[in-house]
Amino acid sequence: MSTDLSNVEELAISDYKYGFETDIEMDVVPKGLSEETIRIISAKKNEPEWMLEWRLKAYRHWLTIKHEDQPHWANISYPAVDFQDIIYYAAPKRKIELKSLDEVDPELLKTFEKLGISLQEQKRLTGVAVDAVFDSVSVTTTFKEELSRLGIIFCSMSEAIQEHPELVKKYIGSVVPYTDNFYAALNSAVFTDGSFCYIPKGVRCPMELSTYFRINTSGTGQFERTLLIADEGGYVSYLEGCTAPMRDENQLHAAVVELIAMDDATIKYSTVQNWYPGDKEGKGGIYNFVTKRGACRGNNSKITWTQVETGSAITWKYPSCILQGDNSIGEFYSVAVTNNHQQADTGTKMIHLGKNTKSTIVSKGISAGKSNNSYRGLVKVHKNADNARNFTQCDSLLIGDRCGAHTFPYIEVSNESAKVEHEATTSKIGEDQLFYLRQRGIAQEDAINLIVNGYCKDVFRELPMEFAVEAQKLLSISLEGSVG
Amino acid sequence: MLTVKDLFVRVEDKEILKGINLEVNAGEVHAIMGPNGSGKSTLANVIAGKDGYEVTGGSVTMDGMDLLDMSPEERAREGVFLAFQYPVEIPGVSNATFLKTALNEIRKHKGLEELDAMNFLKFMREKMKVVGIDEKLINRPVNQGFSGGEKKRNEIFQLQMLQPKLAVLDETDSGLDIDALKIVSNGVNLFRSKENAVVVVTHYQRLLDYIIPDFVHVLVDGRIVKSGGKELALELEEKGYDWVINPEPAAATV
Repeated sequence: MSTDLSNVEELAISDYKYGFETDIEMDVVPKGLSEETIRIISAKKNEPEWMLEWRLKAYRHWLTIKHEDQPHWANISYPAVDFQDIIYYAAPKRKIELKSLDEVDPELLKTFEKLGISLQEQKRLTGVAVDAVFDSVSVTTTFKEELSRLGIIFCSMSEAIQEHPELVKKYIGSVVPYTDNFYAALNSAVFTDGSFCYIPKGVRCPMELSTYFRINTSGTGQFERTLLIADEGGYVSYLEGCTAPMRDENQLHAAVVELIAMDDATIKYSTVQNWYPGDKEGKGGIYNFVTKRGACRGNNSKITWTQVETGSAITWKYPSCILQGDNSIGEFYSVAVTNNHQQADTGTKMIHLGKNTKSTIVSKGISAGKSNNSYRGLVKVHKNADNARNFTQCDSLLIGDRCGAHTFPYIEVSNESAKVEHEATTSKIGEDQLFYLRQRGIAQEDAINLIVNGYCKDVFRELPMEFAVEAQKLLSISLEGSVG
Repeated sequence: MLTVKDLFVRVEDKEILKGINLEVNAGEVHAIMGPNGSGKSTLANVIAGKDGYEVTGGSVTMDGMDLLDMSPEERAREGVFLAFQYPVEIPGVSNATFLKTALNEIRKHKGLEELDAMNFLKFMREKMKVVGIDEKLINRPVNQGFSGGEKKRNEIFQLQMLQPKLAVLDETDSGLDIDALKIVSNGVNLFRSKENAVVVVTHYQRLLDYIIPDFVHVLVDGRIVKSGGKELALELEEKGYDWVINPEPAAATV
């Protein structure tokens, strides 16, 4: 695919174009975290008793985890987060239940249009079903009727808890239990919304499903929870995009995503993460501490994670696959870009439990400015996982000489028939490469984009078309001014 | 077209070019010959605008434009083309994408409409025939896994695609067997016209059997010590560079 350089140029004018704030009437629960906060959230969402109980259990567990026991192994540094200084619930005020897009606050729709996701248009033209989460609450889900004819459930998590409690109850926390880690416990206690999707047996979801997350209100944390289930023979491709306004403060985003693929089911999960990264001096920005995990429960099931990470002050995330079913496949394709003072510690875990399981990891890290970019990955082959195969390719690209790239691969193999391959490279954008392109008439910034896009090609081709274009644009904005 | 006046260039602390004067008119082919380390590639790189060279005196102009004041991409868009001695590899970027981007940048600069994919392909296919380049090479990443000869051929293919005013060929003959040399030379000869000019930088006379120069300049230790017609190249081949370096019997200079 060719790079659209005219777009790059147009975008090169602005730094972070999603940095606006929407003035909209919000329903906000005061700052701070206690059992009371959780009860208020649960009550506001009119949740059943079991959901509240589950939240409280998670909260009580969270209290037992000492703050020192927060995940600390990541190669990142930041001041301690004050969990009492966060707003855990902020929602656009709604007077009535929304029946259609026409009833959505026009300010809100304008926001989504600014983000380049006109829901109306998406609905008509692209055939992508969109769920949009604004601060804590899912605002609108398009295409619901068309999907429901196929038996596909695609709605906000809040709605799923009301309408499909049996499914939520069965699967929530089954891949990422609240005991998993500090932030997973916190999320389980206070999560406010997110997307829910269920693909019934033998159904191939005919369109891309998509969620846009946006943090708007100052001082809010966003704790969304996404749960995707593809039943036997089901197929779904799911896209997730994220943005936030520019602010001096650091805002916390601690999401949990759980995927479950049954026999012969396939889930493709793609993310373009562009949370506000902070300014050039490293002030402000989102702390993106996310637990994403997929379980290939069934035989011949497949889960593919594709992520393009350009935003956030700090990213800490390891979309992983538990390859339980025989012949199941896990894939992870990642481009992580850090510039200025951004820090990213990201990678994946591939846990091989079933026989003939296969995993592929392609990680492309790009560091510029004074940023630090780490790949951290675990490939674990259990003793019963006969003939497990893994291929890992882990590349780092450095732009300038003040940034860092680090690779931490862990390989644990307990079965002799396993084959695990690991390839790693580190390279710098060479002066010679830049001069070569410039000598042919290509401006420096465009030359960098061309080189970087070439470097990321293996990952971009895993993304659905529109996302691939967006990812390329984002990359060019993120690396703006990184050389010269 | 190209005027180099009293050009002095340093690299770090070392003076490489020590007062170069060169006048190249449209329709002419000039050969710059000289032993290794005489400053030939430095001259080529300074004309193209590569970093790392400090111009301490003199000027380089093309049709009155001060090239030294322009970025490499501005010079390229105005029609300066350097065929590299060692073309670099750019992984993941196809030759076609690269050339389409470059060509459209140049066209945009000239106020021409950018070529869309279809017209670009059509234009590219014509040029591929001229240079005898394989379609496979076009779809591969720029220079990646190319043999030495393929890389050089790719440079000349780019020359044909971009149609510059001034082509500077830096040791384009190095590493080529005789067949490849003929193909590359043919590409250059087809490029030659009344409107453009070619500067051929080379160590050996061999290339000049195929690209016949109008003028030959001998560069030694940062200075042009001798200029002449195409017969000068033959004389050099016969007598070696010593003949121009030490025209008189070695005097006692220590």
